[in-house]
Amino acid sequence: MNRFKEIFMKFIFFLAACMSVLAVLLICYFLFANGFPAMGKIGVAKFIFGTRWKPGNDIYGIFPMIIGSIYVTAGAIIIGVPIGVLCAVYMAKFCSAKLYKILKPAVDLMAGIPSIVYGFFGLVVIVPLMQDILGGSGKSVITASVLLGIMILPTIINVSETSIRAVPESYYEGSLALGATHERSVFFAVLPAASSGILAGVILGIGRAIGETMAVIMVAGNQAVIPGSIFAGVRTLTANIVLEMGYATGLHREALIATAVVLFVFILIINLLFSILRRRSK
Amino acid sequence: MANKDSFTGIKNFKSQPLSFFLHVLVSASAFITIGILFAIIIYILIKGIPNLKPSLFALKYTTENCSMLPAIINTIIIVVTSLVIAVPIGVFSAIYLVEYAKRGNKIVSLIRITAETLAGIPSIVYGLFGYLLFVIKLKWSYSMPAGALTLAIMILPLIMRTTEEALKAVPDSYREGSFGLGAGKLRTVFYAVLPSAIPGILAGVILGVGRIVGETAALLYTAGTVTKVFENMTGAGRTLAVHMYCLLSEGLYVNQAYATAVVLLIVVVLINTVSGIIARKVGTKNGKI
Repeated sequence: MNRFKEIFMKFIFFLAACMSVLAVLLICYFLFANGFPAMGKIGVAKFIFGTRWKPGNDIYGIFPMIIGSIYVTAGAIIIGVPIGVLCAVYMAKFCSAKLYKILKPAVDLMAGIPSIVYGFFGLVVIVPLMQDILGGSGKSVITASVLLGIMILPTIINVSETSIRAVPESYYEGSLALGATHERSVFFAVLPAASSGILAGVILGIGRAIGETMAVIMVAGNQAVIPGSIFAGVRTLTANIVLEMGYATGLHREALIATAVVLFVFILIINLLFSILRRRSK
Repeated sequence: MANKDSFTGIKNFKSQPLSFFLHVLVSASAFITIGILFAIIIYILIKGIPNLKPSLFALKYTTENCSMLPAIINTIIIVVTSLVIAVPIGVFSAIYLVEYAKRGNKIVSLIRITAETLAGIPSIVYGLFGYLLFVIKLKWSYSMPAGALTLAIMILPLIMRTTEEALKAVPDSYREGSFGLGAGKLRTVFYAVLPSAIPGILAGVILGVGRIVGETAALLYTAGTVTKVFENMTGAGRTLAVHMYCLLSEGLYVNQAYATAVVLLIVVVLINTVSGIIARKVGTKNGKI
């Protein structure tokens, strides 16, 4: 009886562990099975590289949204990465234990704030600010980039801090012994050694930024055209799905699911890069 | 830590402009990060607290009072249901990975890769998947179970990872002691390993609660945006975060949105504090051993 219980429970544990495999398979199946037919009907090249999105006329080209997603993600990286990495350096190598006790929970709290609250903050604070500085509606690539840059800070800080702390202390001490200052030792001996871990953090940040939906909708303007400048409105892949899914039918709805397929493929590539880098940094 | 302080005195910077510059740079970055966080919290509290009126907590939602109470009740229902599904599966998978799986097992690496993949999928993709599977294929229409199941899959990798870490932190001597007393594997797992891992698991579960409470994109097209409390636990309904999105997209209820943001923020701060306290307790306990 006992032996049976052992084997039975082991089987249950195994079954539970297989749930994540099942979940990924189901997600792949349902997205691809519902998205690919639409791509076939529209034409893969026309769908991905078409520059016009006019569901009313049955024209579905998501190139503006792909470009939009890339623009705001790149902007978020340009804004978020320097601040995030430097903040991680400060937390790992500069701040006192007392200050760390405030900084660390603060960063964790930043990670916990819901994206809709970030979006709201962007809408009522950053958008009017941009209106004052740049004129126009204030909803633009740059506004979305700033907000996303803030949102990916905790991700970048946490991963960077972990990889900076993982660098052996001897690197730092060796550099000090050669007469370098604390700052020089940290930046020119420790930081290069942590670079692949930091890069993994940046890639994770890219994944977060490209998948972010609710905050971007609030501040990006959502025009489905390729933005002419960084001060123009933009629509991302994620926004495209949420904005139109509510009323879409037929081919329009399938085209939105196909949009999610494109997004999903982006994310899979990013995930792959991330896990390769993380394995290497270990 | 002590050796660093001696190198950060201003007098050392006179002949080292680069070091001075770098020092200013990192301090400024940390200051900016903290500043942004406090700006968000303080701004929302100042603007939101005056808008917290009793009518916002009326039992029934009308277009006049915009009550968030049904949304709060829905949030609690969704949180509990998702946890009931995700926690056992997540904890059991972690037990399998840590206690049972052999090293270099092909299936184990597959499980790890898929769990990592799940953790990286954006919530809108989960939402669309939930919509396609539960709402369309299984014909549940917008409903509480559709939303809860979608979110359960979403937080599964989080529960798995934190439980794995908690189980790995349990010293091997516990297991050996239990085996030494003649206990079987199962008994060892449930009576020796799991109890001492519970605080770590709990910290992960609480983080999961935080993600569910803040989730919008995955619920919009699974649980729906109806303003009522879930009917018979199977109806459609909106959680607090979805409620806030709806208020904002209608564009007429900015003041109510401020109030909702305050409630969401308070919940998130509470969750983070509790999870932090538990995690710290785990840290000190393991430190002593």
